[in-house]
Amino acid sequence: MKAVFYLFINGLKIKKMSRDKILAAIRQNQPALKPLPSLSGLNQCTFEAKEQYKNVLKSIGGHIVEVDNETEIVQYIRENYTQGHRFITTLPQFAPIAETNWSDNDPHDLENVELMLMAGTFGVAENSAIWVTEGGLGQRVAPFICQNLAIVLNAHDIVPTMHEAYERIGSADYGFGVFIAGPSKTADIEQSLVLGAHGARTLVVFLVNGA
Amino acid sequence: MSHATQDHATLSKQFNKDEARVNWHDETLWFVRQKRDKMAFSLSEWELLRGAASAIKDNVLSNLHDYLVEFEAKAQQNGVHVHWAANGAEHNQIVHSILKNHGVTQMVKSKSMLTEECHLNEYLAKNGVEVIDTDLGERIVQMREEPPSHIVLPAIHLKKEDVGETFHQHLGTEKGNKDPQYLTEAARQHLREKFLTRKLALTGVNFAIAETGEFVVCTNEGNADMGAHLADVHIACMGFEKILPKREHLGVFLRLLARSATGQPITTYSSHFKKPREGQEMHIVIVDNGRSTQLGRADFRNSLKCIRCAACFNTCPVYRRSGGHSYHTAIAGPIGSILAPNLDMARNADLPFASTLCGSCSNVCPVKIDIHDQLYKWRQVLVQEGHAPLSKKLMMRGMTFTLSNPKVYRLGGKIGRWALRNAPFMVNNGLNPWFSQRDMPEAPKESFREWYLKRQKE
Ligand code: SF4
Repeated sequence: MKAVFYLFINGLKIKKMSRDKILAAIRQNQPALKPLPSLSGLNQCTFEAKEQYKNVLKSIGGHIVEVDNETEIVQYIRENYTQGHRFITTLPQFAPIAETNWSDNDPHDLENVELMLMAGTFGVAENSAIWVTEGGLGQRVAPFICQNLAIVLNAHDIVPTMHEAYERIGSADYGFGVFIAGPSKTADIEQSLVLGAHGARTLVVFLVNGA
Repeated sequence: MSHATQDHATLSKQFNKDEARVNWHDETLWFVRQKRDKMAFSLSEWELLRGAASAIKDNVLSNLHDYLVEFEAKAQQNGVHVHWAANGAEHNQIVHSILKNHGVTQMVKSKSMLTEECHLNEYLAKNGVEVIDTDLGERIVQMREEPPSHIVLPAIHLKKEDVGETFHQHLGTEKGNKDPQYLTEAARQHLREKFLTRKLALTGVNFAIAETGEFVVCTNEGNADMGAHLADVHIACMGFEKILPKREHLGVFLRLLARSATGQPITTYSSHFKKPREGQEMHIVIVDNGRSTQLGRADFRNSLKCIRCAACFNTCPVYRRSGGHSYHTAIAGPIGSILAPNLDMARNADLPFASTLCGSCSNVCPVKIDIHDQLYKWRQVLVQEGHAPLSKKLMMRGMTFTLSNPKVYRLGGKIGRWALRNAPFMVNNGLNPWFSQRDMPEAPKESFREWYLKRQKE
């Protein structure tokens, strides 16, 4: 018992030794303090945010579906995804067409999801990325493990660049957050672009106009 | 001079045996470089962004101690276990001890150049742990028992026929089928089963934020997320230079990274991991492995600003025509040639010479590292410390003599031009390394100096 305890203490010591050794070497070797630069003026984009958003998303393999209300979203989903497969959503208003009670399940249980429908917090015009945090995902793995992903985005919630994006995120607390831009993809075989690597094969963004 | 392996020149020669393939390699990477240019030129603030990124990294390097302490405290508050590894061996032991604690012998791993640098896969294999690389390119080279040849495009040295054959052997795909869509689908099915069954996932780290304790992982495939969100244990490994002071600084770096790397406006996924999900265990391993030494070398510390975008690889005329494996080190290309001698001068002394010093790398680098200057400075250091390859030493001595004696230089030029015109076999022979894999240009009758003097007389 004593020996085990001793080993444990010794292990901790070694662990601490590397930490202190590394930090001491860094302190000794780091150069004199240089100031942080200002981040103002880094956005010089002149585009119109919504148009840019749509163009960029198309160019990276995503689809834009402009809608005025939820009925149009339901209709699109009924017409464009294989019915009879598993649809899930984090949005209670879509309960008639998709499961809503799955966020407490084991994440592996989402393996057979055909379509995941969720809401984006905001989009970024320059790269068409959409920001979502844990609360909006239901499960962290949900937007990755599904075969197809659909995101509802309010057309007013589009910021021009990543600078405004982080301004908007501010000091928000989250366990996990992600920017998603387009469907998953790879070009690892001879630089040929293939959509649908390990994550969702397709991405539809329902851009909600009006009010 | 001890060489554990063959040097860059010898390995390049092997790569250059297949001329058609070398041309393809060269053109493909140049195409990626052009995609990067298109993105860069479409933003009028591009140079401002590079300047900001470079200045942020300068600040980081000058205040690393405090940022790391802050990052550690915040990550711990977030419920993440933080480990420190002085070198590759310690890094590997830490990862292995976490595996052992959970009784796990199989894991998935997304792309992490750091684990390549530490040779984690070999270490774990020796200890009975099966590691599956989940990035498609990395999985391909792993099946072939080769190292990645590029930090962003790990299988760029292979043609689709090669991948088709590899998958036929390992995944049972149809013999002769080399369709990228078909092969990617086969890999998707194969790896999905791994994601669903492995209890432990390891990822790299692109950026770690001191202010919040979160870290960001960027992928196009979604493999890091598939692994991490399904596993009970997530280990993220990072070199200590990955630190950024504040979350808002991500705005600058995420604008630069994918544009510089592949000419995309951003990667498909930029995942911000802050806390483990409920019931999950999350670890961060912070690694030194020579970085604190490099930090102390005033001439070379800028290399620690690197964000591993590989723009310097894609633009480099030497890399494009010699291939990643000729650099015999985990990180190839121009930046690898600066990092490697820091780890082992004798073994990597040839690498700073594997450059034409054309400066194209420094021009494209999103964090403005003076790459070609550093390569030049390494040459001086290596020669001083007695590590320079012999042929380079003789050549440099010869060059100093020639360049400091104008008459000898002029005479040499005359003889060279005469030989190229009248006796090409004298230069085009096995003794002249410039002739292997190259056709010599037709020599002008007169040198620039002769032409200039004549013109003045006219
Ligand atoms: S040195 Fe610069 S260009 Fe090369 S990989 Fe690093 S950041 Fe990219």
